[in-house]
Amino acid sequence: MELNDFVKKIAAEFDETPVEKFSASVKFKDLEEWGSLTALSIISMIDEEFDKKITGEDLRSCGTIEELYNLVLAK
Amino acid sequence: MYNPFSLDGKVILVTGASSGIGRGIAIECSKMGAKIILCARDLKRLTETYNLLEGQHHIIMQADLSRQSDIENLVKDLPSINGIVHCAGILEIIPVKYINSNVFDKIFNINTLAPILLTAQTVKLRKLLSNSSIVFISSISGISIANVGEAVYSASKGAISGFVKAAALELANRNIRVNSINPYQVPSNLLNKFTEVFTEVNMESTLEKIPLKRVGKPEDIAYGAIYLLSNASSWVTGSNLVIDGGFTLL
Repeated sequence: MELNDFVKKIAAEFDETPVEKFSASVKFKDLEEWGSLTALSIISMIDEEFDKKITGEDLRSCGTIEELYNLVLAK
Repeated sequence: MYNPFSLDGKVILVTGASSGIGRGIAIECSKMGAKIILCARDLKRLTETYNLLEGQHHIIMQADLSRQSDIENLVKDLPSINGIVHCAGILEIIPVKYINSNVFDKIFNINTLAPILLTAQTVKLRKLLSNSSIVFISSISGISIANVGEAVYSASKGAISGFVKAAALELANRNIRVNSINPYQVPSNLLNKFTEVFTEVNMESTLEKIPLKRVGKPEDIAYGAIYLLSNASSWVTGSNLVIDGGFTLL
């Protein structure tokens, strides 16, 4: 999966934040909608799309969407 | 000494006895005089539990309860028993939109199907003596409260709550009682699964939500199980015993 598609996938896990707000450099945890449900949804999306398990701690260690993308690829 | 809660001479099957609440229940019941049949998949950890039991004549019966054949073989080999405590359970955190049949089957097989089939087989093969007691370790999740990501887990426990009532009614003829215990979070491998995902869950915020200001211990749940297994609860069936430090009051 390309980075651009990954950004779209992350955007899709946010129900209220407009998709235009998302880019590779966005710090997703700073978004107002960020919370336990979005965190859980992203973990589940990565499991389904990449067949990789990331933890809450992994999410915590990432700032931008691109950093998360790289973390997933490195898993 | 007068003790209506004694389990002296009773033979109790405990599933999920290799860790957490199951291990705690096995240990406490042994201290009350019961002979314990320990059941779980992991022989090494079962043996650890075995070594923590008081008294003699306890048995280990290794089985993978997610397999129907294992349940059938286990029950076939069982001696006559006076009680079962269904503790084996799993927790998978998954949001509603990512639920699929794989995760559903995995959770329901262990939390719902296995204890129900095990109960059915023991009844069918008449392994439960008269005045027996079956205890399901359920959860307040799905009965009194809900947590984000626990929809399938809650459903699996809610199903148990329904089963307990109908089975209690049906088995009353044989003088077999069926009850459940609904605990709040007790530190265990199950709970680790939760905190793995929700790293922001910290002890302080958890304690604020518990009127009795501490998290549960396996023993807290075990004492409830002892009551439901003992003759002290001879007239109690079809009930849900909430053990949660007052969590559901808030």
